[in-house]
Order: sequence, then structure tokens, then C-alpha cells
Amino acid sequence: MSEEICKGKAFKFGDDINTDEIIPARYLNTSDPAELAKHCMEDADPEFPSKVQNGDLIVAGKNFGCGSSREHAPIAIKAAGVSAVIAKSFARIFYRNCINIGLPIFESPEAVEGIEEGDIVEVNPITGVIKNVTKNREFQATPIPPEIREIIDVGGLMEYAKKRLKENR
Amino acid sequence: MGMTITQKILAEHAGKEEVHPGELIMCKVDIALANDVTAPIAIKRIKELGAEKVFDKDKIALVPDHFTPTKDIKSAEQVKMMREFAKEFNITHFWNEGRVGVEHVLLPEQGVVGPGDVVIGADSHTCTYGALGAFSTGVGSTDMAYAWLTGEVWFKVPEQMKFIYSGKRQKWVSGKDFILYVIGMIGVDGALYKTMEHTGEAIKELPMDDRFTICNMAIEGGAKNGIIEPDEKTLEYVKGRTKRPYKLYKSDEDAVYVEVYEIDVSKIEPQIAFPHLPSNTRPVTEATDVNIDQVVIGSCTNGRISDLRIAAQVLKGKKVNPNVRCIVIPTTQEIYKQAMKEGLIDIFLDAECVVSTPTCGPCLGGHMGILAKGERAVATTNRNFVGRMGHPESEVYLASPAVAAASAVLGRIAHPDEVAGN
Repeated sequence: MSEEICKGKAFKFGDDINTDEIIPARYLNTSDPAELAKHCMEDADPEFPSKVQNGDLIVAGKNFGCGSSREHAPIAIKAAGVSAVIAKSFARIFYRNCINIGLPIFESPEAVEGIEEGDIVEVNPITGVIKNVTKNREFQATPIPPEIREIIDVGGLMEYAKKRLKENR
Repeated sequence: MGMTITQKILAEHAGKEEVHPGELIMCKVDIALANDVTAPIAIKRIKELGAEKVFDKDKIALVPDHFTPTKDIKSAEQVKMMREFAKEFNITHFWNEGRVGVEHVLLPEQGVVGPGDVVIGADSHTCTYGALGAFSTGVGSTDMAYAWLTGEVWFKVPEQMKFIYSGKRQKWVSGKDFILYVIGMIGVDGALYKTMEHTGEAIKELPMDDRFTICNMAIEGGAKNGIIEPDEKTLEYVKGRTKRPYKLYKSDEDAVYVEVYEIDVSKIEPQIAFPHLPSNTRPVTEATDVNIDQVVIGSCTNGRISDLRIAAQVLKGKKVNPNVRCIVIPTTQEIYKQAMKEGLIDIFLDAECVVSTPTCGPCLGGHMGILAKGERAVATTNRNFVGRMGHPESEVYLASPAVAAASAVLGRIAHPDEVAGN
């Protein structure tokens, strides 16, 4: 994950947003990120792909990303220009997919309650400090375990694989 | 302190004496599978890395089942990529059309997975193999690429939940009704990151096909895995199938569970899950006023031979309602053949059902029975999310094969007794 601050407008979604809403299966006959981005969140909000701008954030309720294991879901979100996802909780396969491909995600029920649609939000991916710039409030995301941090810090799971394969040689 | 079957399998594969919930472990995998939706991304990752070999050509399974037979040029390209990868890396387990089936039915049937295994799949319903007493769970494509290269996967050891089923089930009540009832009770994140271990006399009494259905839907409760201790029925099933040596694990008496639920199955009626969450369940008798346009009987949840037998039992001598299309999908070639031998296919055709070749197809809104705007389906599949089977304004109701077949005849959600009598 880059050390860049994630900053943009918040798009709010409810609980249990599933991977079929994030990227419907009718588009799964491709894995091209740009193609997938065109349909990102389409079944939850058909306008989303046209409204979202580089750096914007998705702010959602509990169990975000439930359903299928499709990595197309975080790929579509990342390719749409979303800089981070903040949720009350994440479904587990979606969570690991984000870690593995380097889409910054933050768990904080308080932040979700304290952010409204359209608020400008700023997140420091290293410290997990979430700032609602519009409302001038600050929240702390649940810390990421050090073993997972290691994968994030080297730049995702494939970079981690490269490192491990080299060590074993 | 005692361990559960899940913890024991994970400990053994992580090379540890014991593991504790919350601990992060690197685990050796016995089988790592991907399908025509998820494999292409994993293959791309491998290619980007310039890797020349995989960790073990016998421990990778490539199952092009979602859009099979390939539905369009793009999906054909995806399968072609898998086929070429399988050839280049000399992968043992790859199936073309004519041999392929729905992955989570095919792999146990062909003995590729067995008791005591750690199985990961780039498909969320990989949790199905818990019915064999294996630890199995869904991961993403990058996880898959990592496992194909290293033979390992990282896990957070899940907290353990136990579901104890007692009592005698009513007529027409199946494993599908058990799991829909449980998900209705705990919600779609009720088991988030946790293990759902199913046990008790009513589970022991259940046939293997129903046990696969129960473990298949663990993910619909948010769980990491579903699991059932192996018994005589498990051994009977794997006999002659599983080629690798396997190991049987059991939970200790003093194993620790964060939650324990007791369920009296004699009180469970056939269930139906309303749109748009698998947890929106109610007894089917409270839903008989809902008209439908389509029925799908198939999928990794309920497309096995006993599912087809039950559907045929209801449909025998009947006709599908003129307002309804009923699509039946045997999920492997072996099941298809067995259904022919038993005369089930004749029953379906006489009832005027469509019988498809093995595919995931409509379950994920892929092909072979997509819903138009405003249409409603009763399906034996596993998810009823918005747009799951087609148009975002279509609806899916989840149920057992018996309920689905009865609904096909009456053109509305129906209890099997209404069609097949007592």
C-alpha cells in the first residue's frame, strides 16, 4: 500500500453490500480493470461509475463485500479511482483480497457513523487516522496485525511471494 | 485445552502442536482450485512474476464451470487461458466440456479432495468440502496465485461456533432447510470470520448430499468454513473415490466454542429465503401467494443426484405450469448419466422442463436462464442478492429441490405436499 494520504469525497452505502452489487456477474467474462471500473457499484447505485472521481472514498455499513470471492470487486473499486474503503466491518474474502491487491481498507464503526454522503474525508494509511475534514472530526481505525502489515508494506501478496521465493532459493 | 476438528486440521498443516483463534498462521494446502472467472487473474499474476513452475502440479485444480459451455467470445478467451496454462504447467486436474462439472460437486465426486485436507478455492463456495471433514474455504485470485507458487496460504485461525441438531426431520425437510433456517436465525454476518461446525443426531442421520448443501452455505452466514465430523457415511462416500491417503479428525470434548446453538429439527418446516438476502427466511407455508416465472434446480448447493431424485418425485406425472420455465441442471456428467439411468431425465422432459448440461449458468446470472426485469424465480441455488440471476429488478427465492419442483407445477411458491400429497 502506498504511503500516500487517501483524500476525497465520501460515497455512503448501507449494510451487507455484496460483491454482486459491487461488480455484477454479467461482467465477469472479463478481468480487465478499466472495463470492470465502468460497472463498479452499478447494482447498488447505477450513477456511481459516472459520479466517482479519483481519490473519493466508499463509506459503508457492516459486512461490506459479502458474497463471492471475486477479486474483480476490489479491482473494480480500485480502478474506478476510489482511494480507500471505510466500513463498520468487512466480509472475510473481500478483506483478504484488498490486502493482497493493495486497496486500502479501514474498519471503524465510529467513522462510518460520523461521515455523511459528500463529506471530504482524509485517511492516513499508516496510522489509520480517519479525518472528516468537512465536520472537523477524527477517528481511529482498528489496527492491522503486524503479520498482515508486512504483506501490505512490501506492496501486496505477489511482491511478498517474490521475496519469499528468493529467500528459499 | 482441547481443539476442534477445524483447529486440529489447521495445526497439522501449519506444523504446530496447537493453534488458537486469532493467531495468524501459514498453512500448507492439499488442493488449490480456481474456475473460469477467478483463474485468469491468478494466471496473470503468475505470468507477471515470470514463474516457471508451480509448487505441485497434482495439487492444483482448474474447473471451467461458470460459463461452460463457453457462452461468448470473452468467456471462451478465459477458458482458453486456463487450458493453455494447464498444458504449459502440466496441471493434472483440468477438465474440458464433456468432462467438467460444477466444481464443488465434481471435486469430491472425483476424489480430488478428501477428509482432513486443507483446501482453498478462488470461489466462495469452496467451504462445501467441510462435509468430508476437511478444512476448506474461499480465497481470492491473488491468494490462489501465491498458493500455486508456494503451496501455502495465510489464515487467521477462526473462532469456533457449534450447531447441534436434534430430533426427527419432517417429510420434505432437507439439509437445505436446516441451513436456510440457521442463516435466518444468525443473519448473513452471524458467523463472520468464524467456523460453523454442525453436529448432533440429526446431522448423523443426514445423507452426504445434504451435508454438502449445509457446508456449502456456510459463507452465506459469513463463515470462514463449515465442517462436519466424518462418520461411516463419509467413509462410505470417499471409498473408491479419494486417491490420496486421508486423515480423520474429531473435535475434543473440551474444545472451546464462542457460541453454541441447539436446533430441534422436528420444528423446522420447508424454508424459503425472500429477496435479497439468504437470511430473509420464512416457512414456505407463509409464502404460497407469491407467483413465479422461473424455477432453477441445480448448482453446487443442490444439483446432486439425490436433489434430482426429490425433484423428480414431485414432478412425476405432472406438468410445469404454463406460466413457468423450469430449468434442471445435473451438476456433473456422472450425475447426468445416473439421472438418465434412473429415468429422472424422462420425468423432467415429460413434465416439460429444460434439462441443461452441467454448468453454474443461471445461479450467478451467467447464462442458461437469465431473468428479465420484474421476473421472479424459485431456485435451489445459494444467493438471492439484487441482480444475482439477471436484471437488477428481478427476484430470486431460495429453497430446496422439493419446494422448487412443487412451485414449478403450481406457478407460485408451494409446499411439496400441495403437489405430491402425503
